[in-house]
Amino acid sequence: MLSRPATQTQITHLQRLWLYVLVGLVFLFLIVPCLIVIPMSFSGSKYLEFPPRTWSLQWYEAYLGSPEWRAATFVSLRAALLTTLFATTLGTIAAYGIARVHGAVSSLARGVFMLPMLVPLILLAIGCFFVYAKIGLNGTTTGLVLAHTMLALPFVVIAVLSGLASYDMNQERVAQSLGASRPWAFLTVTLPQIRLSVLSGALFAFVTSFDEVVIALFITGGQNATLTRLMFANIRDQIDPTVAAISSLLIGLSILLLVGSQLLLRKGARK
Amino acid sequence: MTMTLDHPGTLPAAAPNADALQRQGARERRALASLTLPGAALIFVVLILPIGWLFWQSFFGAAGQPTLENYARMLKPVYVRTFVTTFEVSGLVTLACVLLGYPVAYLLAQLPERLAGLLMIFVILPFWTSVLVRTYAWLVLLQRTGIINTWLVDAGLISEPLPLVHNMLGVVIGMVHVMLPFLILPLYASMRAIDPVYMRAAANCGATPAQAFRQVFLPLSLPGLAAGVGLVFVLCLGFYVTPALLGGGRVSMWAMQIADNISVYGNWGAASSLGVVLLIVTGIILYAFKRLFRTENFGGTR
Repeated sequence: MLSRPATQTQITHLQRLWLYVLVGLVFLFLIVPCLIVIPMSFSGSKYLEFPPRTWSLQWYEAYLGSPEWRAATFVSLRAALLTTLFATTLGTIAAYGIARVHGAVSSLARGVFMLPMLVPLILLAIGCFFVYAKIGLNGTTTGLVLAHTMLALPFVVIAVLSGLASYDMNQERVAQSLGASRPWAFLTVTLPQIRLSVLSGALFAFVTSFDEVVIALFITGGQNATLTRLMFANIRDQIDPTVAAISSLLIGLSILLLVGSQLLLRKGARK
Repeated sequence: MTMTLDHPGTLPAAAPNADALQRQGARERRALASLTLPGAALIFVVLILPIGWLFWQSFFGAAGQPTLENYARMLKPVYVRTFVTTFEVSGLVTLACVLLGYPVAYLLAQLPERLAGLLMIFVILPFWTSVLVRTYAWLVLLQRTGIINTWLVDAGLISEPLPLVHNMLGVVIGMVHVMLPFLILPLYASMRAIDPVYMRAAANCGATPAQAFRQVFLPLSLPGLAAGVGLVFVLCLGFYVTPALLGGGRVSMWAMQIADNISVYGNWGAASSLGVVLLIVTGIILYAFKRLFRTENFGGTR
């Protein structure tokens, strides 16, 4: 087996064993920090240890029992759901416009919608902080959702554009020639066919908002602090094992979303 | 009945009709373009307006007088040290990402698609996990009483815990973990696009595996590598969360300097000018890599 050729250049598996070992180590490096917190969060002692000598749910109880953590979780979830709703709507209709209009307008719009991905987050954070201070949006859900929606737009636009790229726009023309209005043709003919792209854009929007730290650090606080903001302050100032429990829950959520997005991809590929 | 007549095939030759159709086409294009307006308006209000204001603000002093002192201040040693640290860390992280990421993308690109897709989970799961959670995990692993130090001490390999975090090493390790998927994913995609037949041809012409790799595969993979390198380097320059948590106050990077100028000193002029320069440097690097990427692409495949 090991002496068989592995590639087109007839190099054998044995000759490039080092490559397999190296790649395996990189995989370990990538995956261990994503998973190690989970067993530690069930530790029964007062400190984090690996492997835990005794098991308990004390840090999960500490998380669920704290009004502060619960409030922050609620703020984050609400912001993420609203962001998903707005970013998916605005992003989908914008992507539709960009895909249908050709020429300079289209490439200009494409460029504008990519900006939130290119500008360093710290600048968006302090910029929003200042502008919001003038119009009284600091510490409000509205301000947070507006900023997160802006941040999520590129992901939705990219996802929907890729869906529209393999969609035959003539179908909509047929619907219109049969008497459907333009919005009705879009909703009943186009949207069902690009729904997987729209869904994966929505998934990205949710994660973008839920995991966002830097903007939340500047424009939220007190009653309106997000979960990530609270975690950031907690990690910086002390190592509270409660964060391990929250992290484990977030990792569980990431795995769920990852599986969801992979299923979407797979379904999209089969179509 | 709202029949659309902008299809080229339906254009009749008669002049008056063509004129009307053209007007209708223009109206339709305007309607379609206006679909981007709500999103664009949002981007204007929470991105372009604030950045424009930062730019404006950077030319005014604390008392509101127009001045260039905010930019002159950047030549002070404390700022210069921040810039040097930022470029040093970004360079190290990018280099480590190339050294670790290239072999991974290379191997994955050669495996059957199903297996590669399965192994891709190792790259995509970190990608989907919050940066904050991963940074916290690194802190747990690397700190004085962390897992790695505890194990090494218990095994008798070291007598004193190693300083693995709250310094440059910790920042680099944490950042490599965040950036690695950003390098592997585009690189993998571009390597998949390289036809394996080239490598067989090289072998048929008598090249050893090492020669075939160096002279055929490596040059073809450079555009994808350049795209990943540019992206990772630029993301590193403006990165805040991981250096702030793993640097322990000893590693001062560009984004932290901006944040501190606001939250600690309340110095908007200094923060704005630092931000403007960061934005310009980011833009120049992205543009340069895009140009390089394109020219490489032409030179490499044609």
